[in-house]
Amino acid sequence: MKLIIAYIQPQRLTQIKEALAKAGICKMSVTNALGCGQQMGYEENYRGVKLSVNLLKKVRLEIAVTEEYLKKTVDIILEAANTGSIGDGKIFVLELAECYRIRTREKGKVAIG
Amino acid sequence: MNLSRFVFSAVLLLSLGAHGVLGAEETTGSGVETAIMAVSETSEPASIQNLAQLVTKAAEAAGTAQDSANWVWILLAAFLVMFMQPGFAMLEAGLTRSKNAGNIMMKNLMDFSIGSIAYFVIGFGIMFGADKLGLFGSDGFLLSAANTAGKEGMWQYAFWMFQVVFAATAATIVSGAMAERTKFVGYLVYSVCITMFVYPVVGHWIWGGGWLSTLETPMVDFAGSTVVHSVGGWLALCGALVLGPRLGKYGPNGESKAILGHNMPLAALGVFILWFAWFGFNAGSTTEASQSIGLISVTTNLAAAAGAIGAMITVWIKEKKPDPSMSLNGVLAGLVAITAGCANVSPGAAIAIGFIAGILVVFSVEFIDQVLHVDDPVGAISVHGVCGAWGTLAVGLFASKEFGGIAGLFNGGGLALLKSQLLGVVTVFVWCMVLGTLLFLAIKYTIGLRVSKEDELRGLDITEHGVESYGGFQIFTTD
Ligand SMILES: Nc1ncnc2c1ncn2[C@@H]1O[C@H](COP(=O)(O)OP(=O)(O)OP(=O)(O)O)[C@@H](O)[C@H]1O
Ligand SMILES: [Mg+2]
Repeated sequence: MKLIIAYIQPQRLTQIKEALAKAGICKMSVTNALGCGQQMGYEENYRGVKLSVNLLKKVRLEIAVTEEYLKKTVDIILEAANTGSIGDGKIFVLELAECYRIRTREKGKVAIG
Repeated sequence: MNLSRFVFSAVLLLSLGAHGVLGAEETTGSGVETAIMAVSETSEPASIQNLAQLVTKAAEAAGTAQDSANWVWILLAAFLVMFMQPGFAMLEAGLTRSKNAGNIMMKNLMDFSIGSIAYFVIGFGIMFGADKLGLFGSDGFLLSAANTAGKEGMWQYAFWMFQVVFAATAATIVSGAMAERTKFVGYLVYSVCITMFVYPVVGHWIWGGGWLSTLETPMVDFAGSTVVHSVGGWLALCGALVLGPRLGKYGPNGESKAILGHNMPLAALGVFILWFAWFGFNAGSTTEASQSIGLISVTTNLAAAAGAIGAMITVWIKEKKPDPSMSLNGVLAGLVAITAGCANVSPGAAIAIGFIAGILVVFSVEFIDQVLHVDDPVGAISVHGVCGAWGTLAVGLFASKEFGGIAGLFNGGGLALLKSQLLGVVTVFVWCMVLGTLLFLAIKYTIGLRVSKEDELRGLDITEHGVESYGGFQIFTTD
């Protein structure tokens, strides 16, 4: 089992979700995140004063998968999140130790579903 | 008696009566005499008497109609000006951080509440009571001149209502410049002092028969660019100076840091409310239902519009983007500037006054912030102090005989009016700076003017009032 954590551009979320759903992947968690990559943000202006914004608004996507779904999921995200410009995001894949479904107390592969 | 002449006279009287509703004073008096003369030349004595009675009755009716219209207009205007309170509250809340929003509501609520009582007990008497030495009024405290016995006494109630909302406006202007770091109880003490004394004294000089209104060429400040706005703006400067900047506002080398406001739509709503209420502020300052309220509304609206455009263009050129909060300040700059001359200048001049105010406010905000390092989160000092002074001086330049009966420099009136305006601007500045500094220093060294560092960081909502303004919302603050 693996945990996929992806930081993506907020405006790509709908497309990624649809692409994943088409492939039968519909379990996920989505949260707002602030982050910065290698460009260190950008500059804004407020009441005549320069303001460097180095934390940008991003969306954090978490999907726990079994080994067989791993490549498919990562590929879909790579495809759907890509615009070719900076800030498109990153995907991290983590080893997942365990997973429980609270209602039935099932665990492991079945619980991930 | 000639029937057709009788009918003609009756029609004449009726139309005089109707006309009397607006601008009765000049027209009815002489009009009635002409009517009596016209009739008496040709009619028999008996019917002349009847007609004369009829004429008197019509004149009375016209007078009553004028009175009623005056009462309705001054109170309608007063209610509009009262609506400036939520305007200022929304503007200030929008341009500051969410952790202080409740504190800002409390300041704006209480300066109006406390100000109303203070102005009732003392302020109104100092402003409009019997003149002493041209400096202050000395009776009429506790509304003692008002009564329900007759017209004069009844008028005092209406007039007080109109004046108290002005006093509260001057008071609440200061709140914005002192936002996010002022101790609540210190602010309450300040509120009492401005509405009880600092503002009414200036009001007396210019509106209450004091020395600036009895100069050879009296100062013209029709609705209060100086009386209300500069007083508020200069006291805001004193307050911000004595307080010092918000934590994190200036870096170690004095570089200015932006502290973002938390709700631009709220700030914009505040400014729209202020623009709307300003029609009461300026056009209501006729204090009677006269025909000039049309012109005054036009100059007021044009100056506000030109102020927004002037500020937007200036900030667009300077900072490469049309900044919303600066454009909003531009509206107020235009409004503040036209307030002194709204009844004395042409619509074209109003556009010039507002446009220049819009340019001025951008430079002033940046100068006060980046050069003087005075932290004024909403730009109150620039909008009300600086543009109030500009608007007052502008009357000396743009005033035109055609509109308010007196001419400024550009309309052949020479320097006389401009000198009076300058004298008013300078003396009011000195008065406010001296009293304001003393007042805020006195508060600082007695009950305290500023909250502790920890309280400022946590936000005044929790530390001063024990509540959160956005319970149930996830607020993301890192500063
Ligand atoms: N090494 C990292 N650790 C944690 N979060 C990261 C890391 N790199 C990127 N992120 C998150 O991903 C978001 C998007 O990163 P971004 O795509 O800008 O990466 P980048 O390395 O700058 O690549 P690019 O040059 O394509 O912009 C960041 O805002 C941040 O939230
Ligand atoms: Mg990047």
